[in-house]
Amino acid sequence: MGLQTFMQHLANGISLGSLYALIAIGYTMVYGILRLINFAHGDIFMMAAYLAFFGMTIFSMPWYVAFIMVIVVTVILGILIEKAAYRPLRDAPTSSVLISAIGVSFLLENLATFLFSGKPRAFPTFETMTYSLDMQGVSVQVLTIIVPIVTLIILFILLFVINRTKLGMAMRAVSKDYEIAKVMGIKINNIIAYTFAIGSALAAIGAFLWGMKYPQVSPLMGVMPGLKCFIAAVIGGIGNIKGAVLGGFILGLAEVLLVAFFGQLTGYRDAIAFILLIIILLVRPTGLLGEKTAEKV
Amino acid sequence: MKKILSVLLCMCMSASILVGCGGSKEAAADADVIKIGVFEPLTGANAAGGELEVEGMKLANKLYPEVLGKKVELVIADNKSDKAEATTAAARLIEKDKVSAILGSWGSSLSIAAGDLVKNNKVPAIGASCTNPMVTQGNDYYFRVCFLDPFQGTVMANYAFKQGYKKAAIIQEVSNDYAVGLAKFFTDAFVKLTGDESSIVEVGNYNTNDQDFSGILTNIKEKNPDVIFAPGNFTESALIIKQARSLGITAPFIGGDTWETSEFIQVGGKEVEGAVLSTFFDDTAPANDEAKKFVEEYKKEYPNRESVAAVSALGYDAYILTLKAIETAGSADPQKIRDAIAATKDFQGVTGKITINEQGDADKNTAVIKTVKDGKFTYLDTVVIE
Repeated sequence: MGLQTFMQHLANGISLGSLYALIAIGYTMVYGILRLINFAHGDIFMMAAYLAFFGMTIFSMPWYVAFIMVIVVTVILGILIEKAAYRPLRDAPTSSVLISAIGVSFLLENLATFLFSGKPRAFPTFETMTYSLDMQGVSVQVLTIIVPIVTLIILFILLFVINRTKLGMAMRAVSKDYEIAKVMGIKINNIIAYTFAIGSALAAIGAFLWGMKYPQVSPLMGVMPGLKCFIAAVIGGIGNIKGAVLGGFILGLAEVLLVAFFGQLTGYRDAIAFILLIIILLVRPTGLLGEKTAEKV
Repeated sequence: MKKILSVLLCMCMSASILVGCGGSKEAAADADVIKIGVFEPLTGANAAGGELEVEGMKLANKLYPEVLGKKVELVIADNKSDKAEATTAAARLIEKDKVSAILGSWGSSLSIAAGDLVKNNKVPAIGASCTNPMVTQGNDYYFRVCFLDPFQGTVMANYAFKQGYKKAAIIQEVSNDYAVGLAKFFTDAFVKLTGDESSIVEVGNYNTNDQDFSGILTNIKEKNPDVIFAPGNFTESALIIKQARSLGITAPFIGGDTWETSEFIQVGGKEVEGAVLSTFFDDTAPANDEAKKFVEEYKKEYPNRESVAAVSALGYDAYILTLKAIETAGSADPQKIRDAIAATKDFQGVTGKITINEQGDADKNTAVIKTVKDGKFTYLDTVVIE
């Protein structure tokens, strides 16, 4: 394999990985606060993609208007889901909430199939994003450069919010000890709603960028990315934001490099992601960056 | 609150029992209706293809609504583009709806999944566009009105060779029997035509619903083939071509009949311009009177469709062939219909003459080559292979 081809693979892997990272953050934040794996996250992502699709095609919004609209509506959707499906189960065993999450996931998938039909639709893209730059034989879409930058910026903003603001302090408190935080006068429900809002906003941004890169929306488009990003979050250490980003990059690169070096195994790339998950869980159950004593938000 | 809930629940349950009763009475009452099951993907990755086939069947049902003095009713079951769901859908048609025959499905894997069910229950099934040999192999109850993968793979290999391409790369959907079959027969024919064992420079695999193909495409780019054969679903194929162009791959893409859906062009946009595919039917050159009638009626019924898709024509053929078989059999008994279908000879369908051979396949030797030009599927050539 030539250097050019290798660099091309590397660029592909980083861009895929940073998309995974964006969505994985949403999983990890909700887990950090609620100890809940929000299986509906992938479907919130799908809904956001449809919103962007309808915004830009039927209502012919310019992309920046659509972008803001998608974030706002997805955040509302996320908060509503939390209110309707998770809040009533606040004192129930974790497994009940988990089942509720799976229920929400199926509800959203079937609702989307019912409302938007099962047919895949073309996501509108525009030249400035999909334009390919030729860097000494390595073709890189503008988007490929933008996505990792967006992911890193978001990571730093979140780290700032969590470590330096009052809201972040409250989040950390809730994640450490839910009961005590309540006693100390922290409005638990609000903090949890904020967490869902942030997670959903990230899913919306991820959906927008995903749609630009893989220009197609369908009701089940969130299932595989959802599972993969969950794996990414676990690999990095679920509950840890830096871990989620790291896990996303590792998973994206692993997938692409598998194709690069073991071309005949490409049919198994999804399986590889899950095998990676099992190995990590066996060797390091807390993930790469997750430590028992580390703050989990 | 709990009381109200339980009362409601009781009411729901008793209501459902009543509904169940009503249904069975109805079923007993309409013995003068002949039911034909439509077994197609109407949701999921293959939905657009399934919908096109159903359009053809519905149109045929509208034009020929009766046989043996009885009304023909189409019972539509959605197999959700999923092999597991496919068996459930087929079982429902056979056991609950008690259909006399089954039409479909778009997607060979789905038809194969239902194969054992139709065989064991002795209900004949006619596939419209499922081209994998395994659909009818070892199954006396599965038939089809289209040509097979070996033929289609060979046609595209011949086309590629005629264009002067020497090196080909293949991208196949490994979880799809149709794509793997086409790829295999393409490889065999292409190696034979070029006389070069290494004329297939790279084979890339992917799974249904994959969205990122940058890895396999980068590998292919390094090998620099003259042409890329990528049989598979229209959804993934359109994404593959788009991503290939953005990676700077300029080699032309060729594929099979599954590409011929408007979604392929919608998703693929200007990147799929010039893509070449083989198919069953061309609406600009109808082969006989039935075909002319079909094209006219189709355009009236579905004015929003830009052209008549080949799979719609095949869906239409599957229906009229079944109807003819019921007429010949003189009964709605699945076993008799099966025998009548197996004995079909020189039947004039809209996609040409159909003779069912002992394998249960339609003997056909003509394929139409189309290309995407200005956002439309355009007739390119007709290939006859002896």
